[in-house]
Amino acid sequence: MKFNKTIILLAGVSSIFLACSNNDDLPEVINEEELITTVSATLIPQNGGETILLKSIDLDGGDGPNAPVISVSGNLTSDTNYAVTLEILNETEDPAENITLEILEEDEAHQFFYSFTNSLATTTYKDQDANGNPVGVVFDLVTGTAATGNFNITLKHEPNKEAANVSSGDITNASGETDVQVTFNLTVN
Amino acid sequence: MIQKIFFCAFFCLVTLASYAQKCTYKFKGIVTDYHNGTPIFGASIFIKNLNKYATSDARGQFEIPNICLGEIQVLISHLSCETKEVFIDFDKSISQEFYLEHHTEELKEVRIVAASELKTKTTQSKILKTELINAYSSQTLGDVLKNISGVSAINTGNTIVKPMINGLHSSRIILMTNGVRLQDQEWGIEHAPNIDINTAEKITVIKGANALEFGGDAIGGAVIVSPDRVLVKDSLFGKSILTGQKNGQGFSFHSSLSKATKEGWYINAKTTLKKYGDFDSPSYVLSNTGLNAQAFSLHTGLKKFESGFNIYYTYVKNEIGILKSSHIGNVEDLVNAINSDEPLVIKPFSYDINAPRQEVTHQLVKVDFYKRYQNTGKLTLQYDFQNNQRYEYDMRVGSDKTKPSIDLNLNSHSFKTSFAFDSKSNQTYKVGFMAAYQDNFANPNTGVKRLIPDYYTYDFGLFTIGNFALNDATNLDLGLRYDFNYINAKKFYFKSRWEERNYDIEYTDLIIGDYNREWLVNPKFKYHNFSASAGISHQLNENNSVLFNYALSSRAPNPSELFSDGLHHSAARIELGDLRMPQERSNRVSASYNFENDKTAILIELFYNQIYNFMYIEPEGTEQTIRGAFPVWVYNKTNASLFGVDVNWRQKITKQIDFKHQSSFIRGKDLVNDRHLIDIPAASTLNSIGYQNKKWQHFNASLESNFVFKQHLFPNNNFDVFIPSTNNTVLLDVSSTPSSYHLLKFNTDVTFKLSEKSKVTVGFTITNILNTKYRAYLNRLRYFADDLGRNFVLQLKFNY
Repeated sequence: MKFNKTIILLAGVSSIFLACSNNDDLPEVINEEELITTVSATLIPQNGGETILLKSIDLDGGDGPNAPVISVSGNLTSDTNYAVTLEILNETEDPAENITLEILEEDEAHQFFYSFTNSLATTTYKDQDANGNPVGVVFDLVTGTAATGNFNITLKHEPNKEAANVSSGDITNASGETDVQVTFNLTVN
Repeated sequence: MIQKIFFCAFFCLVTLASYAQKCTYKFKGIVTDYHNGTPIFGASIFIKNLNKYATSDARGQFEIPNICLGEIQVLISHLSCETKEVFIDFDKSISQEFYLEHHTEELKEVRIVAASELKTKTTQSKILKTELINAYSSQTLGDVLKNISGVSAINTGNTIVKPMINGLHSSRIILMTNGVRLQDQEWGIEHAPNIDINTAEKITVIKGANALEFGGDAIGGAVIVSPDRVLVKDSLFGKSILTGQKNGQGFSFHSSLSKATKEGWYINAKTTLKKYGDFDSPSYVLSNTGLNAQAFSLHTGLKKFESGFNIYYTYVKNEIGILKSSHIGNVEDLVNAINSDEPLVIKPFSYDINAPRQEVTHQLVKVDFYKRYQNTGKLTLQYDFQNNQRYEYDMRVGSDKTKPSIDLNLNSHSFKTSFAFDSKSNQTYKVGFMAAYQDNFANPNTGVKRLIPDYYTYDFGLFTIGNFALNDATNLDLGLRYDFNYINAKKFYFKSRWEERNYDIEYTDLIIGDYNREWLVNPKFKYHNFSASAGISHQLNENNSVLFNYALSSRAPNPSELFSDGLHHSAARIELGDLRMPQERSNRVSASYNFENDKTAILIELFYNQIYNFMYIEPEGTEQTIRGAFPVWVYNKTNASLFGVDVNWRQKITKQIDFKHQSSFIRGKDLVNDRHLIDIPAASTLNSIGYQNKKWQHFNASLESNFVFKQHLFPNNNFDVFIPSTNNTVLLDVSSTPSSYHLLKFNTDVTFKLSEKSKVTVGFTITNILNTKYRAYLNRLRYFADDLGRNFVLQLKFNY
């Protein structure tokens, strides 16, 4: 008798478990915030000429398997001063979210760094945060002699802007966390 | 007398003299207090079915003549103790030793009685006692378990410490707390077990999958945390432990209070508070490594011999800072961090805990009921509910700064019942059934892609175990278990990832929704797991004993092995699970040899564990994203073998001085790829010398040396990465292991009796006396910073 009772109790408890299986709600799709899909640089030659547009688009986000799609609208001219403006976007939203504005809101915690191979060009920061340190959304780019090589743009979150040479654009002592790192293959004629 | 009341355990030696004729057998024995061996005077011995009485004399001895062949039912009782019931089959002359614990629920547990703690039953297991656990009051479960040879830890810093048994950890270890299997997203290496070490009175570690009653998937073993025993007498007592330490400039406070009545009602409340700021390595501050912890538990119920119930509630909340410099962006940051001797972020000491940090709250409610059936055994029913809320905060920008990046809520219900057939002293059986339901919800408000999806699971388990005392010297344990696991998940995959993983070929039917760039898929998987265990122990003679053990176990893949998909921010790597993962299956054989006399105790344990479809995660190159390149870590499976030796040696040099040695060695092989396994602990040896003098207020002092060798046997998973900002290709060295290291520890304590019932113990400890700089292979933060420097710890313990 006593075992029968146990079995009934067991069956009862088991049915409670089976009853709570109504788990058919669909999960909500997440629109990733702070997602960066697009980095673009607009290069306007200061003494007239063709405006060059550099773009890197990674629509499957920061952890999708597809590599970013990189485009360069044309070749640069040698010994030319270009005024450059960067734009960072999240294009998975409609309209696209302008992340540049968020970076500028926290400009003390962000800095862009640039590097070139084959001495393609040199850069000069043209903007400042509240402490007088560079941010790097706006900068000048002066090309050298004709060559082909890479132009790399890196955005650091919480870099140590006071460390040696960081404010002049040397990434070596910057530490911090990399938010953006894109490389464009450029030709200077 | 007080002691006698506290330790109401009997050690009953029964000798039976047989005579030629029927009904002329003699039932002789001795009743003693197990804990101090003193004979108990005036215990009554009553043979129920023959209605015969006797009383123990001043030497604890008794004798009942004229007993016939057949089974007798003996009740042993004493004024200040609970009544014990024993059944003895009178068929021939027997001389048996019964160790009857005062804990009535564990009545008739047949053990080999031994003077040291080294000897075990038929499994390789070890028990840690209250005194040692109290000494680790301010630390974690993983820290105290390192006192067992063969048990190490896998860390993320010094506050997230996961136990590792014979080289296996996380999902391969069952953690039982007060009869409940802990369900707290235990698969993650950076997920610390949500247990307040102060709720433990006793911790048992079972190596290998031999705890079939609790689960069949514990390929590594089980850690069983047991609370205080309940005293069935009118009593009120408590304990407070206050610990202050220099490293971390923090404190830990624990207090507990227990009340019980002689009718069997009891209530026990415990609370623990811990607060630490940034810890120090020998030469710099480990910024953002503080800890805030709160824990509370309530245990109440009615405990009688025939029946009873228990209600248990615990609340554990941990807020843990993660070393600031370990938070990195892409692979270039990782290269910089590994190549830098010091962490890239060192700030002045602070109690603030900033991002990256974790905030985990675990709550557990358990209700159980037991009833004894005369001449049959004991029925137990138990239900438990657990809620685990995990937040992980990363460094984020703008309005998201205070938002967690991971917000997981895990609810687990489980019901179990078992029946122990324990009326016969030489063979006991237990059968049981378990049903569990679990639901995980990943909150989409994080605005970050889910690392672990929404899912629910069902688990059903059936087990039977038997213990047989074959003769005076030989014990046999057998166990069988079957588990059914079902998991139903709803998960978003990037269409690009879905194709890259080739799921579009095999799993198209799982797709239930099209969301622009993502598929919503509904994987439903079933797993049937069989496990078995067999162990035999044999006492060769007074000093020597051996045991042999075999365990078969299987484990279904956990949610991270199946579903991981995406960037794990705190590790700066893309982690990929595999929907195709089959369950892993382990065959473990082990043997132990034990020698023991008055002065020497030696225990040598050997094991060989062969695991089919062993699941592990390893780096497989990089993937390019707009944030730069990230290393990709993929869950793979292989066949693996683990082989190891654990040695324990205790030597009494004089009455006051003793020496202890423990060492362990383990080797792990990947049998498919013919190489070493990743994350296998290095060989280590621990030697200590202790002095004790009871006359000097129970003075104890010990000096401990811990030497950990360099792990030379590791797989080479290094790969080249291109660093765009410097236009270089460099080798990313994620594999090389740190050097060997040697740590010294000094500990001393004295105990003052304040009154008949109260005492205070003052303890002082120095760890890492030489302030040695070291990094441990199994600390995930070893790439970024040195381990802890010297620490001074002062502890006050009041018992009242």
